[in-house]
Amino acid sequence: MPVEIPKEKWTGKVRLVTLGATAAEGGTRTRRVTVGGGTTLPFLFFEGDMPHKPVIGIEIRDRKPDDWSPLLGLAWGEAMNDPGDWAKAAEQAGADAIVLAFNLADADGKAPTAAHAKATVRKVLQATGLPVIVNGPGQADLDNELLVAAAEEGAGERLVLGLCEDRNYRTIVAAALGHGHLVQARTAMDVNLAKQLNILITDMQLPLDRVLMDPTTGALGYGIEYGYSVMERLRIAALQGDSMTQCPMIVTPGEEAWKAKESKVGEGVPKAWGDWQERAINWELVTASSLVESGADIVVLRHPESVKRVHAMIDAMMAG
Amino acid sequence: MALSGIEIYKLLPGGLKPPHPKANCKECGFPTCLAFAMKLAAKQAELASCQYVSEEAQEKLAAAAAPPIRLIKVSSNGHEVAAGNETVMYRHEKTFFHPAGVFVRINDSDGLDAIRELVSTADEYKVNYVGMDLAVDGFAIKSTGDAATFSAGVEAVRGATKRPLILISADAAVMEAGLKAAGDSKSLICGASPENWEAMAALAKSHKAPLTVGGSTLDEMAELTDKIKAAGVEDMVLNPVVTTLPEALGVWTQLRRLALRKTFRPLGYPIIAFPSQFSADSQIAAVQAIAKYAGFIVLDRFNPADLYPLLVFRQNIYTDPQKPIQVSPGLYEINNPGPDSPVMVTTNFSITYFSVSNEVEGSGRKGWLLVADAEGMSVLTAWAAGKFDAERIAKTVKSTGIESKVNHRRLTIPGHVAVLSGELEDELPGWEIKVGPREAVNLPQYLKLME
Ligand code: B12
Ligand code: SF4
Repeated sequence: MPVEIPKEKWTGKVRLVTLGATAAEGGTRTRRVTVGGGTTLPFLFFEGDMPHKPVIGIEIRDRKPDDWSPLLGLAWGEAMNDPGDWAKAAEQAGADAIVLAFNLADADGKAPTAAHAKATVRKVLQATGLPVIVNGPGQADLDNELLVAAAEEGAGERLVLGLCEDRNYRTIVAAALGHGHLVQARTAMDVNLAKQLNILITDMQLPLDRVLMDPTTGALGYGIEYGYSVMERLRIAALQGDSMTQCPMIVTPGEEAWKAKESKVGEGVPKAWGDWQERAINWELVTASSLVESGADIVVLRHPESVKRVHAMIDAMMAG
Repeated sequence: MALSGIEIYKLLPGGLKPPHPKANCKECGFPTCLAFAMKLAAKQAELASCQYVSEEAQEKLAAAAAPPIRLIKVSSNGHEVAAGNETVMYRHEKTFFHPAGVFVRINDSDGLDAIRELVSTADEYKVNYVGMDLAVDGFAIKSTGDAATFSAGVEAVRGATKRPLILISADAAVMEAGLKAAGDSKSLICGASPENWEAMAALAKSHKAPLTVGGSTLDEMAELTDKIKAAGVEDMVLNPVVTTLPEALGVWTQLRRLALRKTFRPLGYPIIAFPSQFSADSQIAAVQAIAKYAGFIVLDRFNPADLYPLLVFRQNIYTDPQKPIQVSPGLYEINNPGPDSPVMVTTNFSITYFSVSNEVEGSGRKGWLLVADAEGMSVLTAWAAGKFDAERIAKTVKSTGIESKVNHRRLTIPGHVAVLSGELEDELPGWEIKVGPREAVNLPQYLKLME
């Protein structure tokens, strides 16, 4: 009995966005990464194309964070004490891009300065040839100060500056415009908010092929279903031709999953949770792999083992 | 796909060619047959209200009303796993209804003692997630080819669990032995292929058990379900042969679309997935199976560190996107608190409430937990939406009567909403507002310091 396979006739397409600039484009990166271009939902090759595979960013910090799970400490060891070493280790572990995030305070509890941001960005750029994404600590004033400094230091490198939110987009977009960078536009799990922010960004003349949308995600067990669904909705809107949703999506399952008690804590938890290390990695893996299925173009991870497994997943998918 | 009003009209007395003598007789309570048809399509009327619909038309209408993905149940001893009857491709369109049944696979050759031990451990396994006990749904027993071994294996499993079973063998004689050993439970027979379908269908019919239907192409499967249906078996589960992650994703998506968008009956059944068959990383494969439409999932091994995240993921994907899981607002007593025990406040989003109450309970310390009506939102979401502000928190303090239960006036608020403390002191004169830690994990330590 011949069965006719129903295919979607999408009219839209995800924009191509390239991170990093090599010498030819006026930067110093040895590799660039292009994401986007999809003409169907993730990996449905029977009806469309996905010219660029989803990629993995590994999150490193300007200094060893105090509140990360000890399991992450075990995984990265000494490298965590120096952002340059950490970036190298992350590249070794299979990162396609390095996500440098600043802590809210230095070891003495003082806020990081612009000079510190510049020195750290320089160090990371020298340590790795991969594209670099720079994230502030998540406090509006401080983010502005550090990201503007990072943008200056990395001029011409096509960095990604984040987080670019409704409260600080003017400063961040201006810095991206001034120094040839991209932005990571974050909104709180809502299709309309994501569109609105992209409109504000384009109003400032930053072209959408320099914008990554970050729709925010929750961790497995802590709101992932909202993230999963908002990404599906954004991608469907993009394929239906809604221009303001056609940017590739970046999400941070690593950060979210490693906040969960399930990954942080090994003792005094129910026996039914199973082996700590396996469970913790699974927490990140399940969060990340489901988001790759729902449309993520860049997932930012923390543990090398999850990186390995998500890479294997993506490779298997792309061979499809 | 449900019929449109016009399609229904064509089956009613007024829509026939030539029209039935009773056409537009109004006995159904509607002015015309067409008006009645429109109400039927909108599910605001019952077909029984018209006595003049032919038997043939009645059958057609009933068939069209059947769900596009048949609901299939396996059961035993009061346990039941139901799959199918889904209505949407994406959960945001409405919700997914029947969470995929998670089964653990056993080989009949594993040795009877080992089987009993594994099955009873997995059978007892339960893990609490936001107030719900999550567990394994059942067991799949795979034959290595010998009827006596299979029968003994199934018996061993049956002795160690009351949960539903999936019996796996391509040989009808072996399957029959297994079904006998499984007793009077309704097991899933796995299953029929183009080679053995006649014998398998006969077994499914005589045991009134659902049957999986395997095939390497959709064409092949559709042909087979038709034949099996003609042989008198209605309850089927699709078992497409898939060997890679993207192939599984593609085939399952096509099956769901054919059922929902085309009401393609020959493939309108739930799907069974064997994650280890199409990926070296069976955890990732199982995640895909949960999100992308499997109705039954058979895991190769029982490992709590894999299972807990999977069961939570299933729970997350199958929650109704329109209503977050909530607890009722009010005063919760933890570990028999007394007048000098600390008072804390949180929101009525289930995940939030249980993150907090589990920590306090686990710490062994006593506490009063006020749960504000934040319309089922997390602390920060509710705060950003104006549903967890000083006014609402103050109202919770007043309405729960906590003031008559404690001899102090100290209220701990979540660290994430530290900004509320000033306003709260204004709203609650006489109360001292304490800012707790940001994450619930740090509550035990905080409570210890407070003493
Ligand atoms: C899932 C989610 C949603 C879901 C809602 C889920 C729900 N039922 O609440 C949806 C998609 C609907 C949503 C909507 C919105 N969201 Co929202 N959302 C999230 C997200 C991703 C996770 C929240 C969550 O579930 N956390 C898990 C729970 C368990 O955390 P929690 O309640 O805070 O509890 C923890 C602690 O607070 C502590 N705790 C809790 N109670 C207590 C009590 C005491 C005494 C103590 C000591 C500790 C304690 O313990 C818990 C575990 O550690 C966060 C971002 C993130 N990744 O965290 C954004 C976030 C909360 N959302 C945000 C916003 C802005 C919104 C919207 C206003 C956006 C908009 N304009 O539409 C809307 C508001 C809703 C509305 N208008 O209807 C912002 C809030 C920004 C801010 N800092 O104010 C966030 C932080 C995202 C961001 N960075 O922008 N959101
Ligand atoms: S009862 Fe209603 S539907 Fe039936 S023939 Fe009369 S008018 Fe038509």
